[in-house]
Amino acid sequence: MPKSSLKQTLKDLDTKKISIRELNQDYLKKIKEKENLNVFIHFSEENVLKQIDNIEKDNSAKKLKGIPIAIKDLFCTKSMPTTAASKILENFNPTYESFVTQKLLDEGSIFVGKTNLDEFAMGSATNTSFFGNTINPLSKENEPLAPGGSSGGSAAAVAADLCLGATGTDTGGSIRQPASFCGVVGIKPTYGLCSRWGIAAFASSLDQAGIFSHNVEDASILLQSIAGFDQRDSTSAKVDIPNYFENLDDDLNGKTVGIPKEYSVDGTPMEISQIWEDAIKVLEKKGVKIKNISLPHTKYALPTYYIIAPAEASSNLARYDGVKYGFRSDEINSLDEMYENTRAQGFGREVKRRILIGTYVLSAGYYDAYYLKAQKVRKLIADDFNKALKECDFIVTPTAPSAAFPLNEKQNDPIKMYLNDVFTVPASLAGLPGISIPFGKDKNNLPLGIQILGKHFDEQQVFNAALSLERSYE
Amino acid sequence: MKIDKNTINKIARLSRIKLDDKESEDYINDLNSILDWVEQLNEVNTENIEPLSNISSSILPKREDVSKDTNSSDEILENAPDKLEGFFAVPKVVE
Repeated sequence: MPKSSLKQTLKDLDTKKISIRELNQDYLKKIKEKENLNVFIHFSEENVLKQIDNIEKDNSAKKLKGIPIAIKDLFCTKSMPTTAASKILENFNPTYESFVTQKLLDEGSIFVGKTNLDEFAMGSATNTSFFGNTINPLSKENEPLAPGGSSGGSAAAVAADLCLGATGTDTGGSIRQPASFCGVVGIKPTYGLCSRWGIAAFASSLDQAGIFSHNVEDASILLQSIAGFDQRDSTSAKVDIPNYFENLDDDLNGKTVGIPKEYSVDGTPMEISQIWEDAIKVLEKKGVKIKNISLPHTKYALPTYYIIAPAEASSNLARYDGVKYGFRSDEINSLDEMYENTRAQGFGREVKRRILIGTYVLSAGYYDAYYLKAQKVRKLIADDFNKALKECDFIVTPTAPSAAFPLNEKQNDPIKMYLNDVFTVPASLAGLPGISIPFGKDKNNLPLGIQILGKHFDEQQVFNAALSLERSYE
Repeated sequence: MKIDKNTINKIARLSRIKLDDKESEDYINDLNSILDWVEQLNEVNTENIEPLSNISSSILPKREDVSKDTNSSDEILENAPDKLEGFFAVPKVVE
């Protein structure tokens, strides 16, 4: 079976080789066959059929007309419930549409369903979801693997070919790491490129929407569709969005790639160092200058992140109080008791852990020692990148320190779980765009990922480098 | 040990999350190991470094000061677990 491609499908729809109905019915069939993977929190065939009816009646030309897209269940959608994979939002039906999903609807795409994630995007294996684990489609029988996380459902939806693209969000690696685990392309653009309006907030200074797709070309088409300024998000950037797809150019001759020595971390498997070297060799052959760079504060990125992200989360998640929407406990003899029981019963273990740690680092007497200190180190990390990116056009590293691991393997030790994000978190702290593309396999034939980082708002360079590596690998 | 029983109770109270004894014990261990781990930031000299709170390089845009009706009270109340005469309803707070 040829690999699915959005670009090709758009051509086939255009030349009437296939109809929108036929295309989506194929996808509906595949989704029903793969129910065991638990990719979707919300899926309704009836809803999809209704969307097909509506789009068939629409005579206007639209860029993504009839294209099946899966939506991470962190984006508010009017037509489907939105849970953030949490019991506390189990029955939440948004009365408004997120910026990103509205853009996709305006382009004529069809939402096949809402995908599973770690509760409030807090996790690296899609195993903290109230709705159960998602299974990596690349698992062998009886050996279920984690799809990565937090956007594990969206990564799995693309990997199992249940859609032609999916939305995700990335706070510390939640698009890039699952893309690597599932063998698909995942891009987190520059902080501020896509409005956060209507995305359930986790850590607002880090959260950014992005795309999963079957290949780099498709990612460039879809990212353009969801990017743009929005005054309802005060950190949304007013920048021109280029036509990434039209401008794609895999000729990297004369460019310079930065290779950060600090990303050679002790304990990284040989295979991962090997694919990193392979990628560098490929680039060298294409006329790219190799420059060894140093990002000296890299080792402090994870502890910095695990102060800042929980601090912001503890503040953002204060809104779930059983009053305005979502779950409310039955044990409500007083207002305080209602809050405490609602939040105790509504949040899962990892979410509570992060709220507690965030509350502690922000509390009187500890704010300077933890939160302010972390913000200062964050400045040093961002400065490292800004300095390095003056000497190179883009940076290449591995995406994750391992291939997909067995489900539930890393649940007990929080710090061990946090180490999954060692290569993705630094760029998140600096707000830089990053993509993960499949590049090589480990000894069990599981895909490994290469990460490409670029300058602020230089997604085009990131796509170009990714396309070049993708073409040499295929 | 930075977090003891009293501290975890205080944080849980500030967070408005009720914890049972078993959970308190677990979180005391988790939080202490996380706080020990982040301690390594003290190795970094941050004298005269400005804290970075907003990575976005863009300047806050201005907009026209015109009123807009974006959400009706019906819409806002639609997901409320309990409501009464156009308001959110909560347990009685005044005797």
